[in-house]
Amino acid sequence: MAGPSIDALGQFQLTPGLGPLGRAIHFTNSNEAMLAAAIIIVLVFSAGLRARALVPGRAQALVEILYEFVRNMCTETIGEGGMRFFPLVFTLFSFILLGNLIGLFPYFFAFTSHIAVTLTLALFVFLFSTGVGFYTHGFRFFKFFVPAGVPIWLLPLLVPIEIISYLSRPVSLSVRLFANMTAGHVMWEVFAGFMLLLTASFGVFGVIASVLPFGLNIALAALELLVAGLQAYVFAVLTCLYLHDAVHMH
Amino acid sequence: MSGDRDTKSFEQRLAEAQDNANPDGARAASAHKSVAAGSNAINLAMRLGVELVAAMVIAVGIGWGLDRLFHTKPWLMVLMVPVGMAAGLRNLIRAVGPQAKG
Repeated sequence: MAGPSIDALGQFQLTPGLGPLGRAIHFTNSNEAMLAAAIIIVLVFSAGLRARALVPGRAQALVEILYEFVRNMCTETIGEGGMRFFPLVFTLFSFILLGNLIGLFPYFFAFTSHIAVTLTLALFVFLFSTGVGFYTHGFRFFKFFVPAGVPIWLLPLLVPIEIISYLSRPVSLSVRLFANMTAGHVMWEVFAGFMLLLTASFGVFGVIASVLPFGLNIALAALELLVAGLQAYVFAVLTCLYLHDAVHMH
Repeated sequence: MSGDRDTKSFEQRLAEAQDNANPDGARAASAHKSVAAGSNAINLAMRLGVELVAAMVIAVGIGWGLDRLFHTKPWLMVLMVPVGMAAGLRNLIRAVGPQAKG
């Protein structure tokens, strides 16, 4: 029986975007989604900031809530001088949040479901926070890898552990975002595939039985909305945490 | 001075309006909090699993690379496995330990 089959990973395939011009410069649907996310952010913010009313309207309230949310995250997690890194954290947060959110819509591409994208973001955060550490503390930043109050004969054992723990940061940062987004989209696709399989195999009874996977997909949509916001938040808060370590060392 | 009094009365009016518009606001807030706590638990479990594996991946990767460099297959990789495990546990302790930040 050559019915429909479940192709859960086809949705992550990169295809050329923007017609022949995009094909010439290797502009993919993932890049299209990134561009769309950036444009939406700029549009929302310019719309929200145009009024500058004392009592904010809807768009302005949205912008102000986002601003205050990230500002609190910066000042509370990074601590003193956290506002220096506000532009970076805010850019990362809004870009990842928009990427997660527009990926939830049909026919849109979730660029955060590619490890190449998340690892690039995470490596940038990692290199930046290491650079901030060396900029702030100079070579004393190496003391970050030497735990305090430990007998000296244990150090040859503990310093490699600390270094590997530090190096594993970008991996855990990127894998977390990538895995969450990919898992959600695969589950969606699989349950939607169940509906096709049921109708193809059992006719009318299959259509009735399809209500079950359809309901699951609706519930998953709510969960995915939560995960999209949560993972953007986690990425931003961990960025703040790493910057805190770089600025204050412990 | 008058501006100060104006904002104060505005905040009072805002609070009253919020109370009138949303009499069971407290209940909604507590429900919201419990949802947030549940999602935090899932999130924490997810995070800890990834932390544990990430350190292992990095350690084994370094061991494998050094083995290729020095032609000592597989000894450095074997040596790095316990170090990776320890680093993973270090990550866990840092994430949920008593001085956990965030």
